Amino acid sequence: MDRRQFIGGAGAIGLGAATAGASSLALAQAASEISFFYPVAVGGPITKLIDAYAADFQKEASVAVKPIYAGSYQETIVKALTAHKAGNPPVTSVLLSTDMFTLIDEDAIVPIDDFVKTDDDKAWLKSFYPAFMQNSQTGGKTWGVPFQRSTVVLYWNKEAFKEAGLDPEKPPRTWAEQVEFAQKLTKRDASGNVTQWGIQIPSSGFPYWLFQGLTTQADAILMNAAGNEVALDAPGVVEALQYWIDLAQKHKVHPPGVTEWGTTPKDFFERKIAMMWTTTGNLTNVRTNAKFPFGVAMLPSGKKPGSPTGGGNFYIFKKAKPAEQEAAFKFIKWITTPERAAKWGADTGYVAVRPDAWETPAMKDYVAGFPQAAVARDQLKHAVAEFSTHDNQRVTKVFNDALQAAITGAKPPAVALKEAQTEAMRILKDYK
Amino acid sequence: MTRRLSHHVTGWLLVLPAMAFLALFTHWPALATFVDSFWSTPKGKRPARFVGPDNYQHMLSDPVFWKAAWNNLIFALGTVPLSIALALLMAVWVNDRLKGQTALRMAYFTPTILPMIAVANIWLFFFTPSYGLLDQIRGLFGAQPWPWLGSDQTALFCVIVVAVWKEAGFFMIFYLAALQQIPPTLAEAASLEGASRWTYFRRVQWPLLMPTTLFVFVNAAINAFRMVDHVFVLTHGGPDNATTLLLYYIYEVGFKFWDTAYAAALTVVLLVVLALIAAIQFGVIERRAHYR
Repeated sequence: MDRRQFIGGAGAIGLGAATAGASSLALAQAASEISFFYPVAVGGPITKLIDAYAADFQKEASVAVKPIYAGSYQETIVKALTAHKAGNPPVTSVLLSTDMFTLIDEDAIVPIDDFVKTDDDKAWLKSFYPAFMQNSQTGGKTWGVPFQRSTVVLYWNKEAFKEAGLDPEKPPRTWAEQVEFAQKLTKRDASGNVTQWGIQIPSSGFPYWLFQGLTTQADAILMNAAGNEVALDAPGVVEALQYWIDLAQKHKVHPPGVTEWGTTPKDFFERKIAMMWTTTGNLTNVRTNAKFPFGVAMLPSGKKPGSPTGGGNFYIFKKAKPAEQEAAFKFIKWITTPERAAKWGADTGYVAVRPDAWETPAMKDYVAGFPQAAVARDQLKHAVAEFSTHDNQRVTKVFNDALQAAITGAKPPAVALKEAQTEAMRILKDYK
Repeated sequence: MTRRLSHHVTGWLLVLPAMAFLALFTHWPALATFVDSFWSTPKGKRPARFVGPDNYQHMLSDPVFWKAAWNNLIFALGTVPLSIALALLMAVWVNDRLKGQTALRMAYFTPTILPMIAVANIWLFFFTPSYGLLDQIRGLFGAQPWPWLGSDQTALFCVIVVAVWKEAGFFMIFYLAALQQIPPTLAEAASLEGASRWTYFRRVQWPLLMPTTLFVFVNAAINAFRMVDHVFVLTHGGPDNATTLLLYYIYEVGFKFWDTAYAAALTVVLLVVLALIAAIQFGVIERRAHYR
């Protein structure tokens, strides 16, 4: 970059900052407008849905919700927290439920309880699935409101099942069946090269999330509710990791090495894998792109069934004006009514966040036409809170690194997990 | 006297906007980063306090930092010579008169104008095991699929390949411009003397290209510590930090862990490394470069 380019760039940044400052000034004068950071890249069907909600809410409540599409979850929290540090945060934002401790530690958000006053409000706060509230409450307070939540489910290719002589309507129910089915589904050509793998549980980026499915099934709990203690080297965790690694190294029914999260659905469409573990958020994607009949099932049981929850919650920011915070609370309550939660779930593939949403006529119609959608709901009674602690991303990285080291064979599972446990507890010692 | 004074004032006024931007966006942040690196990270209600060299001491015992530094060294040793050699080769090749040379130059330059994120997404599918381009070609020869980005043995190598592919075309442009500056009389004289193509390149072209090589070398070395966009798409620094580069690690520490003080200390180290590289390059190599 030469100097002229640099100055041009700097000028543009300066100009951008100036306009941002001007718009925030306008915002401060009237609480009839609130800013709302939403984690999606610009364009696409989801932004249209959010825009429509904002427009409808404005008609009813005469508060203009201004959605700002801020990119991925990671980009959105970076933008929201830097804005918070500069003293000018959004009024509300959808961010990962696991970022709750980080947001509390940065003193960036206020408890939702502060706005819950009437009996109606109290009933609303109690209306969500308890599995989703685990990641939204700590220290006796509620900090987030479940909105776009998901769990991990198993997708299977019914055609591949038929070819392998399996009943295409029966997914594996246990760990043993999962291995057995995967062995039948793994196809090799004359020279021994695999043309179709039995199963894929992706391990790039955030392997801890899918791994938490396995640990829950092995009856291990990874962290406490206060988010300051972890148990990454418990026997159940080691057993779960060994099971995952054995799929590739012992049974040879899973591709070797670290498998990419992003291309896993594509691998499934290309028939390179017959079963995959991925988020319910991929439901619409698979429905559109799979050229074969597919099934969706709860994850197979080890000692018991289980999956982590995932996805995003609404948060209200501390440095916003009280009037703006009240308006944001109104919006959040409005957008999570049973009817809207049902519509949002049907439109996106996320799990509708409250039981009564599933009783609405619209949702019943949707499930009748597409029964796979109800699997995630039925799995919720076995679901646990997604792994989340204080200093969340740092602890999570230590965990992820250990998992990848074990998967690539660089370290034995027990050693990798033991090291991760020591390092995680060292990071967490400040939060006791 | 007044005329000379007003001359000076005009001069300073002219550079003032540039100076202001440079100070505001380069000098001040660098200085602030240096100061911040001796303080703790403010968290919520806990303000920053002076901790002296604590952040630097932590760095010494941080295995991920050493891994990132080592990776970055390999990344630099891989990308700098390879992209320069490739750029020179391509430039000499398209400098000759041949049919379709404009199309060829365009083809070589295309990677440069594509955004890195788009490029990385394309390469992600090249590297995909079994049905990715790379494995399909290897499959023709009966080779087993390989998890290119999913193995700690090959992931860094893949990241290097993408960087070289992206950079070589850009450096080619500089070499091409320099080659066209070389007077054709030199080539004629060389051929009259009966010099071979190789001798002409080694004795005439290469020395005359030295200033360009220096410029390209400086840029390539700096880019080796600056280019991390593709890591975000290809590997997120994984598996197990196999592709974590210094700048990527700074991003993680600063914007994922929100440990801004430690990130500041890491940034200072990166700045020192870059300053050292620049000093060595300008001190040692410039003396050997031949300027006309």
